[in-house]
Amino acid sequence: MADAPNSPGPSPRPFGRPLSPHLQIYRWPITMVASIAHRATGIALAAGTLMLSWWLIAAATGPEAYGVFARLAASPVGEVILFGFLWSLAFHLLNGIRHLAWDIGYGFRVPTAKLTAALVFVGSLLLAVGAFIVGFMVKAGFGI
Amino acid sequence: MTARDLRTPLAQVEGLGTARAGTLHFWHQRMTAVALVPLSLWFVASALAYVGAEQGAVAAYFADPVNTVLMFLFVLASTYHMSLGVQMIIEDYFHQEGQKIAFLMLNRFVAFAIGAASALALIRMSLAGH
Repeated sequence: MADAPNSPGPSPRPFGRPLSPHLQIYRWPITMVASIAHRATGIALAAGTLMLSWWLIAAATGPEAYGVFARLAASPVGEVILFGFLWSLAFHLLNGIRHLAWDIGYGFRVPTAKLTAALVFVGSLLLAVGAFIVGFMVKAGFGI
Repeated sequence: MTARDLRTPLAQVEGLGTARAGTLHFWHQRMTAVALVPLSLWFVASALAYVGAEQGAVAAYFADPVNTVLMFLFVLASTYHMSLGVQMIIEDYFHQEGQKIAFLMLNRFVAFAIGAASALALIRMSLAGH
């Protein structure tokens, strides 16, 4: 039994309609990278919330429990994780403000959206590096 | 059907579409986002000030009522904001109904568990000196 010419069969393009190309066909505009990064940093921050909870529980439990957390946080792996957390927070915060501006109707012009995306990337990196340096200074005993 | 129903006839018959709670989700996500701007800046400043500090110093910091309340608000807003965001991701990527519902429940359970554990830690630090 032959399919009718226009039947939705196993053909990937039923009815011969054109299909929109999927993500991988495009060059990645910076606005798209920012959008994906917003979601990715959101997921990273959700994982970071577990660490935050651990920090509070350890501080509430006692010196021994806190020592376990503090030693891990001061290890190279811990520092990489903490920097990732700081950058994720900085990015999600700045890009979140960008989203809030859109919500009230500002920043939709393409050049503006591209510029603010770039600013968010640069700004979040500066914030994260700055915060990390402050952390090292506090640890080294410089009071703020 | 009202005359101004914008759905297609097929959509009307299927009765699917929104669960009629999307606006609340959107609004709560924005409210928590606005609250988290100052709260997360305060949190990072607090955490940075106690890098390498002893447990007692951190516990004393959170025993101060102002800090207890601010940290409680930060935990509350961030776990709620997190559960709303992760919910959206689950709804985007899980299309099998049972699986989706299971992950949506798990999402809320995890958020509540993190929030409850953090709140208990704050209460313990707050009451420790009394």
